[in-house]
Amino acid sequence: MKRFAALYCELDQTTRTGEKVAALEAYFRDTSPFDAAWALHFLSGRSLPRAVATKNLWAWAAEEAALPPWLIQECHAAVGDTAETIALLLRNPGSHSSVSLAEVVEQRLLPLKTLPDGSRRELLLRTWRDLDQNERFVWNKMITGNFRLGVARTLVIRALAHVAGVDPSVMAHRVMGAWKPRGEDYLRIMSGAANEEEITKPYPFFLASPLEFKVAKGESLELLGQPDEWLIEWKWDGIRAQLIRRGGETLVWSRGDEMVSDAFPELIEAGHSLPEGTVLDGEILSWEVERPGPFAKLQRRLGRKKVTQRMRTDFPIAFVAYDLLETGGADIRSRPLDDRRCSLEALIVGSNERIRTSGTANASALFETPMFSGFEANTSTENPSPLRLSPIVPATSWAEVTRFQATARSLGVEGLMLKLRSSPYAVGRQRGDWWKWKIDPYVIDAVLILAQRGSGRRANLYTFGLWDNGKLVPVAKAYSGLTDAEILDVDAFVRRHSTEKFGPVRIVKPELVFELAFEGIHKSTRHKAGVAVRFPRMSRWRHDKKPEDADTLENLRAMANHENASA
Amino acid sequence: MLVTNTERGLFCAPGNFHIDPWKPVDLAVITHAHSDHARRGSRQYVTAEPGGLALQERLGPTARIETLPFGERSLRNGVAVSFHPAGHILGSAQIRVEYRGEVCVISGDYKTEFDGISGRFEPVRCHTFITESTFALPIYRWKPQAEIFLEINDWWRENQQKERTSVLFAYSLGKAQRVLSGLDASSGPIFLHEAVRKFVDVYARAGVILPGIESANAEKIKATRGRALVIAPASADNSPWLRKFGEVSTAFASGWMQVRGPRRRRSLDRGFVLSDHADWDGLLASIEATGAECIRATHGYTAPLVRWLRERGKDADAIKTHFESKNEDVAGDGATAEAEAEPKAP
Repeated sequence: MKRFAALYCELDQTTRTGEKVAALEAYFRDTSPFDAAWALHFLSGRSLPRAVATKNLWAWAAEEAALPPWLIQECHAAVGDTAETIALLLRNPGSHSSVSLAEVVEQRLLPLKTLPDGSRRELLLRTWRDLDQNERFVWNKMITGNFRLGVARTLVIRALAHVAGVDPSVMAHRVMGAWKPRGEDYLRIMSGAANEEEITKPYPFFLASPLEFKVAKGESLELLGQPDEWLIEWKWDGIRAQLIRRGGETLVWSRGDEMVSDAFPELIEAGHSLPEGTVLDGEILSWEVERPGPFAKLQRRLGRKKVTQRMRTDFPIAFVAYDLLETGGADIRSRPLDDRRCSLEALIVGSNERIRTSGTANASALFETPMFSGFEANTSTENPSPLRLSPIVPATSWAEVTRFQATARSLGVEGLMLKLRSSPYAVGRQRGDWWKWKIDPYVIDAVLILAQRGSGRRANLYTFGLWDNGKLVPVAKAYSGLTDAEILDVDAFVRRHSTEKFGPVRIVKPELVFELAFEGIHKSTRHKAGVAVRFPRMSRWRHDKKPEDADTLENLRAMANHENASA
Repeated sequence: MLVTNTERGLFCAPGNFHIDPWKPVDLAVITHAHSDHARRGSRQYVTAEPGGLALQERLGPTARIETLPFGERSLRNGVAVSFHPAGHILGSAQIRVEYRGEVCVISGDYKTEFDGISGRFEPVRCHTFITESTFALPIYRWKPQAEIFLEINDWWRENQQKERTSVLFAYSLGKAQRVLSGLDASSGPIFLHEAVRKFVDVYARAGVILPGIESANAEKIKATRGRALVIAPASADNSPWLRKFGEVSTAFASGWMQVRGPRRRRSLDRGFVLSDHADWDGLLASIEATGAECIRATHGYTAPLVRWLRERGKDADAIKTHFESKNEDVAGDGATAEAEAEPKAP
């Protein structure tokens, strides 16, 4: 328990991911499998239900600390956290006990719930007396049922992968499987099974290079060669992902190297209709009957461990496939794109056919709209397949490509992708074969109103406001876009002109105006302004503008209305 | 009452002087040189002898300051005034006021643990005790400073292994010098922020010699990156000066670090619980030791302290101060309020 409490402190004391991973690694290396299993349980965000009613907890803490309840409540108000308050109030830490985490959980925490009040009190007091201050804090967190460790799942997986000596993708798969917080399960997670690497591993994503800068500089698209050498697709506003069907299992990997299978059960189901040994590259999109929906809706599905039927209905999704990396278990990335695309089309049509015939018999023709033709999909509303084919944009000249690019916003897509038909699926970003041509961002002029100190090496985060009835309402936060020299100037201004400080946040005299660029905008009830923008950044410092020249919130809302009407 | 609360601060009517006034007065009797106790603009100041230099530094060379050795009585209109060690910072004093047999003691800020440089706190018998209550909640209980110094020195060495400069934020007057006295100077070079350095000089002139300190020129800073320890006021966080030290690990030495929230809100790597104020047990023991039947609480968590004392049959009440959102530090660092770590007055 001491060791686990120390781990908690270490994780709590640093914001550096490297140090967090190192602390986790050290912990897993020198702890027993029984303890490690429980630690992993809590680190995976699997809390245990509350074991003691708050009322009893406070009463027994007051008794143990020999303080009146009102004073305990004053302390709670100052600290803001039940577990911490009680840990600070209890005296006489027991420093000699060396009870293990597994013992604490299995012999004290789990029985606690089932005991009658009297024995429960007795067990609780006895445990407090055995533990030191840090252990008491962690114990209190556990029994109040809201135990969280401030560490991302990917870091836990990275640490475990180091300890087990396997690739993080393999470890992610193991941890995602079914296991109970038992020593034997932990040992199984650490040892794993044979050939699992072949089953779980995604391919490195091939990335496109931005074309908009070249276009902005006036370079002609002609320099790319003949238009018919290029495959043109829409650039989707979703999550890039690989859908893997291997070993009778379906996995979904996002580009952030995160396994997101849990968040998208419909893709796992659809994966069953894919032939063994298939890897698709594509985009997970929010989906509204016949077209992509706003990214904000997709966000509602992310980071979920469990997705309810209700969420599937309210926030439907689709996987729009644009490449095939593996078929029949063979890596085909070196084959030309044209070739891969042919196989992809056959595969999606075939797979959806299988879904159709096994589901309702209400098959219909390929779905067609003038702009979005070619989404091969099952439009039977009873059981639509979320697997779709990314349509090819039917442009035959560079002029047409340019025209299509200009319509992107009204279609709810981010722009165009230009892929050389002869290109292999390479690794990382290799200029020349794949280009992305994004639409011009939205811009507004906003006033700097708050600055938040970045932690560690992170940049400062600025908050910007727009005018609404004579007041500046915060609309966006941004940290990037300026040159280092400009950032220094802004920081100097912030230091000289901050009027108040709340924690790391300074209120800044509203004087500096910046042009903010952003990619999307949608209505939001969670934001004070009623709208939220996507990927905001400082595109220009408007030295030429005074704060009163900044945009109004009404301008921004009008943009949102426009976007929502068109999306 | 011998001492009453007025809009200029605590006032002794028969003696016609103020104690730690926050507006200019004729005669200001000062407990210590932190800026929420020592304000500029009064005609004449009196303070305890070991604190005279720090007060001069705080108020500027033109302020008229008279000093009195600890324990020595001076008469003002028949009122006997004397200073008694408060253990808060160098020369900090409790002020004892006696008139026609009635004794009132104004504690100023105090701590009960002897830190080796700030004088040993001694409880003074009195009828009325006006006590600070900055940390008057039972969640605030301090460990001995020796333990905290060990933690700080360990942290410094850990940082050296990771090649990070250690930046320790501490109030420039008092806390910074106390920390300095506990550092293991053999570990590496120590740099001081200018705000800290000027008070280290004051301590030196008062005879308190602290471990060897490097002057912080650019060359030296560069050469000692990753090894040095820097003591700076919290207001220097994120300043260009601090960026010269390369990659850093930050920590804050303060009683407020007892609670996780304030530490995390400042996005610090570490918080060392080292306070120059009395903790809950220290406050209660000191109040008891004065034998006072009348207690007035000021500065901090006054309400819980008052209620606690009343439940034990004492005549207790709160005195409102000008510095409602006072913090352990408003002091050393001027107006750059450290108010964030300050809990709302209950």
